[in-house]
Amino acid sequence: MKTPIYFDNHATTPVDPRVLQAMLPYFTEKFGNAASRNHSFGWEAEEAVDKARKQIADLIGATAKEIIFTSGATESNNLAIKGVAEMYAEKGNHIITAATEHKAVLDTCKKLEKHGAKVTYLPMLSNGLIDLDVLRKAITDKTILISIMYANNEIGVIQNVAEIGKIAHERGVLFHTDGVQACGKVPVNVLRDNIDLMSITAHKIYGPKGVGALYVRRRNPRVQITAQMDGGGHERGMRSGTLNVPSIVGLGEACAICQAEMPEESRRMSYLRDKLKAKLESELDEVFINGTMEHRLPNNLNMSFAYVEGESLLMGINDIAVSSGSACTSATLEPSYVLKALGVGDDLAHTSIRFGLGRFNTEEEVDYVAARIIEVVRRLRELSPLYEMAKEGVDLSTVQWAAE
Amino acid sequence: MAYSDKVLDHYSHPRNVGSMDKNDPNVGTGMVGAPECGDVMKLQVKVDEATGIIADAKFKTFGCGSAIASSSLATEWLKGKTVDEALAIKNTDIVNELSLPPVKIHCSVLAEDAIKAAIGDYKKKQGAHKPAGETVAS
Ligand SMILES: Cc1ncc(COP(=O)(O)O)c(C=O)c1O
Repeated sequence: MKTPIYFDNHATTPVDPRVLQAMLPYFTEKFGNAASRNHSFGWEAEEAVDKARKQIADLIGATAKEIIFTSGATESNNLAIKGVAEMYAEKGNHIITAATEHKAVLDTCKKLEKHGAKVTYLPMLSNGLIDLDVLRKAITDKTILISIMYANNEIGVIQNVAEIGKIAHERGVLFHTDGVQACGKVPVNVLRDNIDLMSITAHKIYGPKGVGALYVRRRNPRVQITAQMDGGGHERGMRSGTLNVPSIVGLGEACAICQAEMPEESRRMSYLRDKLKAKLESELDEVFINGTMEHRLPNNLNMSFAYVEGESLLMGINDIAVSSGSACTSATLEPSYVLKALGVGDDLAHTSIRFGLGRFNTEEEVDYVAARIIEVVRRLRELSPLYEMAKEGVDLSTVQWAAE
Repeated sequence: MAYSDKVLDHYSHPRNVGSMDKNDPNVGTGMVGAPECGDVMKLQVKVDEATGIIADAKFKTFGCGSAIASSSLATEWLKGKTVDEALAIKNTDIVNELSLPPVKIHCSVLAEDAIKAAIGDYKKKQGAHKPAGETVAS
């Protein structure tokens, strides 16, 4: 077993060697521009792009023509939301999204608000799901788009996407989902799930960084978006720019591998995740799972270790890469807004750790990580005045803290 | 973020971890910060009655590595000082000693606050213990 150990696969994943092999010829020998229509270099590149388009479409139950290549999910989210807002401006200006979305969705919506759009940010139930009745009531005759992520990147909770899409369609509203964390990990089908637009990115599924796609539905309904970048009119006019052929080949191959291996891989992920969870829960008291375990990605565990601040825990396990919802680890010095939306108190949010398992993790690593976490949490609790008070029977919620 | 060697050393080998009897008249206890803010420091001093010198200091901290290091360092510095010398410890001394980056300065501020709170608690107890006639007339 080699250290450091990487358990942060929601942030990014390594490129699968098979993906890299598929990409390599497209940097040097097969370097053509996929838009060059009059020689074999161009045809070769176009063929590779078409194959990738098909591989991506197959993974999500779409057709190849519905796949638009982008630079990643940040761009896909921007293009979907801004593109719909602009295209359907005459129909309405109301967008519904949720408090736990990725910043690429939230900040896009905030930008549109500045330009006059109305945005509803749905609250969360404490299990991390949205309340479908609240969603239904939020829809008005001005609503043009609902954007709710498929699976959350911090807590791994999977929304009832098919039902959300159904509600949207009953009211003639388009449904976009940020599918970044779900695609390739759990079965996603745009038809079954009533999805009109979906963002995906390669680097979360063992493909390269800087390439992604937007699924744009072509039938029932035919979705149109206004391009957000002007240029040569590539990707059926929706996204100009010479295609990044090697990366697109990588994204396609990454999708094909995920599709072929998903049943086996998701079983293995949930086995490892459940083992990690069971070990931590059996050896440590006062640990809390954030978000429901019932509707969750198989590779995600998000746990609060009460009375142990997250950054100090990360410091103690410095040969293990995980992330924390603690303010000390965020750029904003605020604890995780996702946990806050679930009603997790700031005190527990500061103690949360996100474990993201991946294809290349082993059972030996899980055992090692569990043992290290247990050891460091115990050590830091010996250092924690809060743990001491709790053990003495003090109800911490009744204490007058000096800093408040 | 990279931690300084001194922060790492205090984090890995914290000095003077523990608790003293907070009801002991010679022990002053300071507790600062809040769990919602991600930092709580408890710092205690025990003052030698005869000499007025801090004979022992203990801490427990919930917080990041820099908060743990700041309070660990504070306990080291407190031992052997008089109460008034202890009050002269400044957060900037801690920042310099531990090479804390700007985002961690609040940890040193909290440690200074904890020292002041512990000494304040000790002084309050001593005042309360003295016979009524000895308190300073206002
Ligand atoms: C849920 C979610 N959406 C969007 C993104 C952004 O994707 P990208 O890095 O491809 O822009 C990420 C990852 O950072 C994510 O986890």
